[in-house]
Amino acid sequence: MSKATLQRRPLVKKILDGADGDLLVIAGLGSSNWDITNAGDRPLNMPLWGAMGGTVPMGLGLALAQPTKRVLVITGDADLMMTLSALATVAAQQPDNLAICVLDNEKFGETGNQASHTSPRNNGPINSGAGADLAMIARGCGIADTGTVTEQADVAQLVNDLRTKKGPVFRLVKVMVEKLEFVMPPQDGAHLKDRFRQALLGQA
Amino acid sequence: MNAVTPIDWRDQIFETLQDHDIKQVYHVPDAGHGRLIEACQKSNSIRTVALTTEEEGIPLAAGAWLGGQRSVLLMQSSGVGNTINLMGLTKTLRFPFLTLITMRGEPGEFNSWQYPMGQGTPKVLEAMGVLVMSVDKADEVKQTVDHAARSAFNGGQAVAVLLRQKLIGIKTFGKK
Repeated sequence: MSKATLQRRPLVKKILDGADGDLLVIAGLGSSNWDITNAGDRPLNMPLWGAMGGTVPMGLGLALAQPTKRVLVITGDADLMMTLSALATVAAQQPDNLAICVLDNEKFGETGNQASHTSPRNNGPINSGAGADLAMIARGCGIADTGTVTEQADVAQLVNDLRTKKGPVFRLVKVMVEKLEFVMPPQDGAHLKDRFRQALLGQA
Repeated sequence: MNAVTPIDWRDQIFETLQDHDIKQVYHVPDAGHGRLIEACQKSNSIRTVALTTEEEGIPLAAGAWLGGQRSVLLMQSSGVGNTINLMGLTKTLRFPFLTLITMRGEPGEFNSWQYPMGQGTPKVLEAMGVLVMSVDKADEVKQTVDHAARSAFNGGQAVAVLLRQKLIGIKTFGKK
């Protein structure tokens, strides 16, 4: 596989460009949270500060509850790796409004960029992973529409697929390791939940 | 006096879930909850989601609540430990959460492997701030589940109902 050259911040900005009341976004803890917040904090964003492994199931519960809205889960490789089998739960439900975008930098970014399991094998004593391919795993769990994006030229199609294509859609995006500014949303979980429900349902 | 066939407590749980407008039901395969799960699967008003691990049930319930729907997680005591880290979401997000737990590893249990999590179940749930209710008599199930649902969806609490082994019956593995 070619070396990851995509930068996550401008990429996520493109993915969320023009987000309106029909787009519900859940982001996993750490970098994905800061990425969606950098693109513009909004009530219909649910950025997680913890609950590692819970991002995909949370997106599924929301997608089933709101079948007429687009639900987009944006998260990292390690968050997904923690509950891989949730992909099979998604496949069994076939939510046509759910898209999952995994930003894979092959590192545990929040703890000091240690190699994650998507790092290649035989990559030296500290930087070796398993070479795990999350798109292949998603396909194996029963999600038919999966794909991997590594090139800038494929970003427009990626954005289109994540925003509009019939779900469940799974896209793995290889992104480079970067030192980026923390752009933080409100931290209070009850507040994040209440503002989300207020915006979506008109009641907290 | 004519004998009246009492309504099965598992059917009463199904009715109570409907009374409380539960729209999503999460479950793993379970003999104790089997009849209830089948009733939910056949229902037109309820979406059932088969889980690969009980852990998925907590963020699923959070997502459903974000989208305006009520849910319930059905599990066995052996699966409670799988949920504990993500159970923290009920505190951080402060969303209504209801789980019904069939108990194993209580007095009379045949399988020694069921005791650790069975005996630990009420303690770990309480440690995570979950309101734990318990029922061991068939004629008290309906009211207990109804009160639990009120505490969850009206009172905004995370609530677990333990359906005790005395109520469900001891699994015998063919032994007397």
